[in-house]
Amino acid sequence: MSLNEIPELMHFLISAGLILVGLFFLLVAAVGVLRLPDVFTRSHAVSLTDSLGAFFLLGGLALYEGFSANLAKILIVLVLLYLLNPVIAHATVRAAHRSGLKPWSRENR
Amino acid sequence: MKEHAVEVFFLFVLIAITLLIGVYLYRVLRGPTVYDRVLGLNGISTKAIILLVVIGTVYERVEMFVDIATGYALVNLVGSLAIAKYLEERGKSADVSE
Repeated sequence: MSLNEIPELMHFLISAGLILVGLFFLLVAAVGVLRLPDVFTRSHAVSLTDSLGAFFLLGGLALYEGFSANLAKILIVLVLLYLLNPVIAHATVRAAHRSGLKPWSRENR
Repeated sequence: MKEHAVEVFFLFVLIAITLLIGVYLYRVLRGPTVYDRVLGLNGISTKAIILLVVIGTVYERVEMFVDIATGYALVNLVGSLAIAKYLEERGKSADVSE
């Protein structure tokens, strides 16, 4: 490896680190979807943790692309995900609440 | 050698996200209420958008795959909102045990 390859390697390592952090958050969200007791708690795993994981993962991919038009396009997808994910989760949970589903508690499981 | 390592890393990311989709699929198939199924589908569509961008990075055609991902996100928004509206109206009259 010559000397001028080192910044390139650093670039790849930083974006790979961001992508791995995003994968970790997606894994946490999947565990939450499996283990949490009812719709209202599971919606936290799906909307909050999933959005954070997608933020880190797409941010890592945008950094890997470098400074180009692709970076702007990936950032557009990122902003769209951040706007749309909470809206969908809110609509679903609101439907569940309006139709009389009771939240989980220690007494009535 | 270095190109090979980058490709292996992105393939690892692809396989990991695909395995995570299996978890959400379990929730969609098993979910006690219909709202669990809708939430599971929402999670799967988020994973699909991320998968599309990663596939674009692997093939070095990001500009094309990102457009597909944007369209998929918008279609998913409309579909999920329609399902949620329908369930809300239906749930006011019917029981929700199913």
